[in-house]
Amino acid sequence: MHLNKNIIRFLSNFTVILSALFFLSPNILHAAWGMNMTQGATPISHDVYNMHMTSLYVVTVIGILVFGVMFWSIFHHRKSKGVKPAKFSHSTTVEVIWTLIPFAIIVALAIPATKLLARMDDTSKSEITIKATGYQWKWKYDYIDEGLTIYSNLASDSVDASQRNSGIDPKTADNYLRNTDTALVLPVGKKIRIMTTANDVIHAWWVPDLGWKRDAIPGFINDNWTVINKEGVYRGQCAEICGKGHGYMPIVVKAVPEKEYQAWVEQTKVALNSKNSDGDKDFTLAELKAKGEGVYKANCLACHQANGQGIKGVFPAIDGSPLANLKENIPAHIHQVIYGKGNMPAFGEQLSDSDIAAVVTFVRNNWGNKTGHVIQPKDVLAARKK
Amino acid sequence: MSTIAHADHDHHDHKPTGIKRWLFSTNHKDIGTMYLVFSLIMFFIGGSMAMVIRAELFQPGLQFVDPQFYNSMVTVHALVMIFGAVMPAGVGLANWMIPIMIGAPDMALPRMNNMSFWIMPFAFALLLGTLFMEGGAPAGGWTMYPPLVLQTGKAFPYLIFAVHFLGISSIMGAINIIATVFNMRAPGMTLMRLPLFVWTWVITAFLLIASMPVLAGAVTMLLTDKYFGTSFFNAAGGGDPVLFQHIFWFFGHPEVYILALPAFGIVSQIIPTFARKPLFGYASMVYATASIAILSFFVWAHHMFTVGLPINGELFFMYATMLIAVPTGVKVFNWVATMWKGAMTFETPMLFALAFVILFTIGGFSGLMLGITPVDFQYHDTYFVVAHFHYVLLTGAVFALMASVYYWLPKWTGNMYDEKLAKIHFWLSTIFANVLFFPQHFLGLAGMPRRIPDYSVQFADFNMISSLGGFAYGISQLLLVYIVIKCVLGGKKATGQVWEGARGLEWTLSSPPPYHSFTTPPKVTKALMEY
Repeated sequence: MHLNKNIIRFLSNFTVILSALFFLSPNILHAAWGMNMTQGATPISHDVYNMHMTSLYVVTVIGILVFGVMFWSIFHHRKSKGVKPAKFSHSTTVEVIWTLIPFAIIVALAIPATKLLARMDDTSKSEITIKATGYQWKWKYDYIDEGLTIYSNLASDSVDASQRNSGIDPKTADNYLRNTDTALVLPVGKKIRIMTTANDVIHAWWVPDLGWKRDAIPGFINDNWTVINKEGVYRGQCAEICGKGHGYMPIVVKAVPEKEYQAWVEQTKVALNSKNSDGDKDFTLAELKAKGEGVYKANCLACHQANGQGIKGVFPAIDGSPLANLKENIPAHIHQVIYGKGNMPAFGEQLSDSDIAAVVTFVRNNWGNKTGHVIQPKDVLAARKK
Repeated sequence: MSTIAHADHDHHDHKPTGIKRWLFSTNHKDIGTMYLVFSLIMFFIGGSMAMVIRAELFQPGLQFVDPQFYNSMVTVHALVMIFGAVMPAGVGLANWMIPIMIGAPDMALPRMNNMSFWIMPFAFALLLGTLFMEGGAPAGGWTMYPPLVLQTGKAFPYLIFAVHFLGISSIMGAINIIATVFNMRAPGMTLMRLPLFVWTWVITAFLLIASMPVLAGAVTMLLTDKYFGTSFFNAAGGGDPVLFQHIFWFFGHPEVYILALPAFGIVSQIIPTFARKPLFGYASMVYATASIAILSFFVWAHHMFTVGLPINGELFFMYATMLIAVPTGVKVFNWVATMWKGAMTFETPMLFALAFVILFTIGGFSGLMLGITPVDFQYHDTYFVVAHFHYVLLTGAVFALMASVYYWLPKWTGNMYDEKLAKIHFWLSTIFANVLFFPQHFLGLAGMPRRIPDYSVQFADFNMISSLGGFAYGISQLLLVYIVIKCVLGGKKATGQVWEGARGLEWTLSSPPPYHSFTTPPKVTKALMEY
């Protein structure tokens, strides 16, 4: 019995210390360990944080009171102390009291929560509109007012390090699994409307520093807004299971001053134009393979794997497949990349002619596939026109 | 103490022996035993999947399994634990205890009882068989959201039919319980004298009958969407992927209480026994349980706050969800008031029951926080949610089941279990369950989504702690098996009364009870049930 008592005492001390650490000094620990919700970078995220802390304090106080009474009873009302059990079995008064008090507490919590929710719901008067579309497994961002579209994939060093038994220490990758090849650039101080939707399955767009997440659902457009006050890079990731690449579709928001944002928009438009304008050029096999490897990593590797073997029964192998080896299948191969097939998405919209030419050439001349076939952007263009 | 029943009836029986005793059993105790053993096996199968998950999450980077298989583990772990471990354990306890607690010879529908058990091994053969199929087991999460679930390969129809069979089994079990309680109570066993465990099970049975057909409808629509060209959930065909979530959670939230209410009942039996004092507020316990059950049908969309509901919908579901805290609070206060001024002793069932009260309440606290819609936009689909529902289901429902096993094991076997080992099992379970799940609150708040096989390095420390807790918790459960086997094989003989402070009909029978529990209905008096 003594041992038992000591264990109980140790455990209750342990619990008290743990909850004290957690509840009483969240800011200190937030910095050191990352164990509390972020206060974020927007007025809303601050309010969400405050609401979170309020409810945390409320339940902590209730917990201390209830568990306090319980432990008092456990220590004092035990048979080993020779007490005789009381006989009472109900008391209408206390039962009414402890029904009404919790009711009052939840009403007190619900009022500020309702107000906050109403503010989060109001997307009116936004100055910039972004549409975020979830794909398996990447994000597409349409800057509606600018007519600008960018795709955002997991950064290449994270792709390498995240392969099973890659031998690469994740710590060496820049912001492992939370870094993209292209960031969503947004201006600070503007009310930005972010619509979410999806192309294939349900995803969820979540950057904790903005204070919310929202599902991206095929066939639906969800409406949200944010005003980012502080310049900086804010990271998040997909928050709804969306298949095997669910853990590998990060979101990076780069908040910059208005002027820099405008410059970035112009620059990106020019860059995208030149990217799409190499469609009438011809490339060598080596050039196409080099470019194709990057395209493969960003778009194909998640399913077809780094070794081109796919996953048996789910994702077909490219290495050694007739589609990627026989000369007469070249048109079918290009067609499948553009328009998709079964669970394979259509890449025609996401990739330029030269991207598709490069990746098709790459897979036809990599691993055991040694066809020597060279596909040029104009072949892709011709396939699109058919 | 009355001395009502005796084993003398047994030799008039022609009970089958050997394998036939189990295959063709219509005896509530044998079927109850089969349910409990089945549940224990599933607990270990589901648990080993959890070990795979924790091993992969032990450190950042991908070490052991591919993301697709990881997703399968997450999916099948949940299905096995919910439908294979916790629900059958509850039904097993109901089978064993309800006839004894209400003074009946057996369940009202013994043949159906046999069938509802024997469906389950087949259902799980379908489900677990998919692990060995080309393309692997279902990997879209146990919630089976379309369109993702429609990408499942050959495993898809097996998943759907496994769910159908499990639903049929549960509904038959529920009908049996309702029929038994309403028709077979001994004279004097009025409704308001029913032990709380029986009450919570009657209410659970109604929840099952109301919610399981809804799930069956939802998965049938998935089946026709996949194979027969319908577009219930396909936006491109005019359907609505969110509709599935509404239907699923209309089942899914009552399901949470299907897992939790029998646990409430168990704890309400155990605390009075070891406090040697009547349950505080019996009537309010019954009403609170019923209110929770009714409210559980009006809160489903709190699982869906981020799908983009209209604000009025979100407000309604937020208020309804927070309201559940009131009857749940009443139950916790009543348990504490039952302890107050009692004369407590701390045998293992009581220890598990006390841990249940504290840890389930912690899960309730995070549940209240999750119910606050604007903040849920941050919590949703993170490890904060994972921590929440494991506090409610593991240190909640499962701890109550452990408590019940220790509480009734002497009654079932006629032998006392090894108290010293059982206490070690309790402390190991309690400490490591907290090491396992408490840090997951931090992970979720710091921004780690659930259902990911690999994570950013900032989450490494707490994941490692959580995994270590997980392995230790998993290994500790082997002790339970050892204790149970040891107790079945022998040990100090248990009296009929077993526990000094126990009240109710089950303690008036011998340990183990006779084959047909009560062949002559006992007379239930007020004195029998009270202190």
